[in-house]
Amino acid sequence: MTQQNSSKNINLTLKVWRQVGPNVKGRLETYQANHISTDMSFLEMLDVVNEELILNHRDPIAFDHDCREGICGMCGAMVNGRAHGPEKGTTLCQLHMRHFSDQDTVIIEPWRSRAFRIIKDLVVDRSAFDKIIQAGGYISVSAGGTPDANVIPVPQEAAEKAMDAAACIGCGACVASCPNASAMLFVGAKVSHLALLPQGIPEAAIRALAMVKKMDDCGFGNCTNETECEAECPKEISITNIARLNREYIKAGLL
Amino acid sequence: MNWLADVIGSSIGKKMLMALTGLGFCVFLFGHLAGNMTIYGGKDAFNSYAEHLHSLGPLLTVAEIGLLLFATVHVLSGTLLFLGNLKARPQRYAMKKSAGGRTVGSRTMPYTGFLVLLFVVFHLMNFHFVDKTNTTIFQIVNNAFSDPIYVGIYVAAMIMVGIHVSHGFWSAFQTLGANHPKYMPFIKGLSIGFSLIVGMGFGFLPIYFLFLS
Repeated sequence: MTQQNSSKNINLTLKVWRQVGPNVKGRLETYQANHISTDMSFLEMLDVVNEELILNHRDPIAFDHDCREGICGMCGAMVNGRAHGPEKGTTLCQLHMRHFSDQDTVIIEPWRSRAFRIIKDLVVDRSAFDKIIQAGGYISVSAGGTPDANVIPVPQEAAEKAMDAAACIGCGACVASCPNASAMLFVGAKVSHLALLPQGIPEAAIRALAMVKKMDDCGFGNCTNETECEAECPKEISITNIARLNREYIKAGLL
Repeated sequence: MNWLADVIGSSIGKKMLMALTGLGFCVFLFGHLAGNMTIYGGKDAFNSYAEHLHSLGPLLTVAEIGLLLFATVHVLSGTLLFLGNLKARPQRYAMKKSAGGRTVGSRTMPYTGFLVLLFVVFHLMNFHFVDKTNTTIFQIVNNAFSDPIYVGIYVAAMIMVGIHVSHGFWSAFQTLGANHPKYMPFIKGLSIGFSLIVGMGFGFLPIYFLFLS
C-alpha cells in the first residue's frame, strides 16, 4: 500500500513585530516566507525565514524557544491576534503550518503586558512570573531521609485536580490573551496545585496573600472573568482554579 | 486594621467588593421589578404599593442610604479596576481576536456600567426627586411614558442593564469562589435567565404605558 504524502509547500506574507531593545520603539515589518512545508512547525517556519535573513546579512527575528514539544513554556507569540496561534490546547511550537493556507498574511506580535517587558522582537521578560513563584509558590520541606511511599494519603480526586493545575508551564499565554493582561490563571494554577495537596496546606494562607500581593505589585491587570485565558491556555487550565485562588485569598485574608 | 485595608485594596479585594455590591443590586432589581408588577394591577394597586413602601418611613431611608453606599463602592472600585486594566497593557495589539471566552456582556461591562449609572441619575430625577404634592406616582409615571422619547431611553437603558447583569451575575459567583463544574452551568443559565427577566420585565413597562395612553 502506498502512503499518500499530504505535505505541500505554501507561501506566506509575515508581518512581524521588530523591536531592537526594551526602550526602543518597535514596528511591524513585512517578510515573505516562501516554500514553507505544511509539515513544519511554526517555529521551524521562523527558522527558515531567519536563515534567509542571516544569509542576507540582516538581523534575524528574535523569539524564545527551547524544548519544541510543548512542555517547557519558553515559546509563545500572538499569531493573527491569538496567543500561540489559532489551535486549541497547543503551544506555538506545536502549531503546524498545515493550519495555514497559501498566500495567507500572518501577523506575529510578542505578548503585550506592562509586567512583561519586551527584550527584543518577540522575546519578552517573564521574570514577573518567577517573582510571583518566589513570593510563595513553593512548600518548605526540611530535607531528610527519603520518606516511605503513601505515608501521606492523598485522595485521588485531589491528586487529579492538583495535577491539572500543575500542568501550567508558565508560558504567559493567559496574560497575553487576557483583555486586562491579568495573571490570575497563572497564580490560580500555582496556588491550587499546592493548596490541594496535604504538603501545601500548612503554608496555604501566607502563600495566597504573598502571591497575590506580588502579582499586583508586578503590574498585572485585574481579572474580570472574561475567560479568554482558559480558552487560550495551551494546557487548558480551568478558571475553577481562579475561583479556588479567590477562596484561598478570602480564607487567608479575612478568616 | 492594616490587614483589612491590604485585603480590600488588592485586586481580588476590589473584585470582591464589585461582586458583593453587584449581587446586592441584583436582589434590589428583583424587589424593584416585583413591586413594579403591581402596575399591571391598575392605577390603585400601583399607588397603594407606593404608599405601603413609603409607610416604612425610616426603614426606607436606611435602605436608600444602603443603596447609595453600595452604588458608591461599586462605581469607585469598578473605576479603579478599569483604570488599572488600561494601565496593565500600555501598548495594544495590532491584531487581537477572541478565543471564544468573551461575551457581549463581558466585553462591554465598564461601558454598560457607566451608561446605567447615567440612567440611574436620570431615573431618580424623573420619579424620585419630583414634586409629589397633588399627584400620584401612577400619574407621574403615566405622564413620563406618554412621551415616546422617554420610552425609548428607558427601553434602551433596560437593554443595557440586561447586558450588564448577564455577565455580572455569574461573574460575582466566580469572584466569590463559587465555581464548581457541578453547579456553574446552572449559575450561568440563571445569569442569562435573570438578565432576560430584568431586561424584558422592566423594559416592557414603559411600552405598556405608551399603549395605555
